[in-house]
Amino acid sequence: MHRKFLLAASVALTISSSFARADDPLFHDLGGRDGIATIVDDATSNFLSDPRIKATFDNTNMDRFKVNLTDQLCLVAGGPCEYKGHSMSEAHKGLHVTNADFNALVEDLQAGMDKAGVPFATQNRLLARLAPMQRDVVTR
Amino acid sequence: MRIASRAVMAAHFALAAVAATPVLADDSNPSSGSGSIVDRGMAMFDDGKLLATGGVSDLEGAGGGGLTTWALTTGYGTRDGIGLDGHFTYIALPDYALWTEGAAIGLWDRVELSYAHLTFDTEKVGEELGLGKGFEFDQDVVGAKVKLTGDAIYDQDSWIPQIAVGAQYKSTDHVDILHAVGAKSGDGTDFYIAATKLFLAESLLVDATLRETKANQFGILGFGGDKNSGYSTEFEGSAAYLFSRDFAVGAEFRTKPDNLSIAQENDAWDLFAAYFINKHVSVTLAYLNLGNIVIKDNQQGAYLSLQVGL
Repeated sequence: MHRKFLLAASVALTISSSFARADDPLFHDLGGRDGIATIVDDATSNFLSDPRIKATFDNTNMDRFKVNLTDQLCLVAGGPCEYKGHSMSEAHKGLHVTNADFNALVEDLQAGMDKAGVPFATQNRLLARLAPMQRDVVTR
Repeated sequence: MRIASRAVMAAHFALAAVAATPVLADDSNPSSGSGSIVDRGMAMFDDGKLLATGGVSDLEGAGGGGLTTWALTTGYGTRDGIGLDGHFTYIALPDYALWTEGAAIGLWDRVELSYAHLTFDTEKVGEELGLGKGFEFDQDVVGAKVKLTGDAIYDQDSWIPQIAVGAQYKSTDHVDILHAVGAKSGDGTDFYIAATKLFLAESLLVDATLRETKANQFGILGFGGDKNSGYSTEFEGSAAYLFSRDFAVGAEFRTKPDNLSIAQENDAWDLFAAYFINKHVSVTLAYLNLGNIVIKDNQQGAYLSLQVGL
């Protein structure tokens, strides 16, 4: 039990240290954790109304999904958050996410950021850090 | 330009507009894996790439910028799909006109096959050269491109660009005249290696391409010449800044061989703005400078390109 916790903590630390930069301006530019939570809210309703990908979320607890995605984006943006969700390859296992699905999700996230008034260049700074996840998410 | 070719051009635009209409109306229709054979066939056109990441059609019909060939696979098909597009490009120069129409298909975001037909109108220069006013050279270009490695869009954690190699077989008519100006042949094959990288955090797309070619003025004046009959290694470079998802502004530069002693062939460059109306229609406008072409210097002018796709 104790060892498991240590392992989890060290994994979390490794993940956060690989993204976190001291006073990362991106976290700031996205409006902090609250700003990111707003983006995630909008993006998530886009996911669920997008005929291309909504079925992917059929068995997903959306409340937990939103918290996890907010924490993840916060962490990726260099914010002081802890992501408690699964790894990207774990989370998307068996979902048969195609590259087109991945891009559909990106478009929905972009629309969410548009609505939150995040400038295009700032959006791209976030997307640049998310893009490599395509390799773990797209399994088909 | 003669009235006949104006009519041809208008017809091309009309055709392009007609081709664009049904796909525009179909915009909201999600691709579906089930249904009739037609539905399933259409689902191959997954439209899955992000806007603008298919690039546009270059002069020679390949996916790229306007003047340079990129490593990106044309169209909006992902690794599971197909992208098909057609283009019409018109270049108005002080003493000449050049237009090109063509079609290209991108397969599984890996292989690209393209065809383009270039028409070079000598306008009044044709008369000065004794060929006749509005004398035209026509050229066919058949191209193939294969992505070797890297992904320009997703590999944001690496410096490695998307790398593709390709070949373009070009054949120009009026071989007797081409020989008379010093060209060795009416046809030739270009080989190129292209490296393209999107620096997404900077909203900047950069390409560098090396081309082995014998082509004089893209091949419009034949291949090889009295000054140099062999291949030369030429460079193409471009950079585009993305102002928004549907609008990019950039510059391109391309060196060309100088094989003919009747003229000094210059490097070409352009400044362009591309507007991606949606995944089916894009418009590119540029200021293009081709330098000297035969007896006329400073051939700089407007470049207008329309691309439509499935």
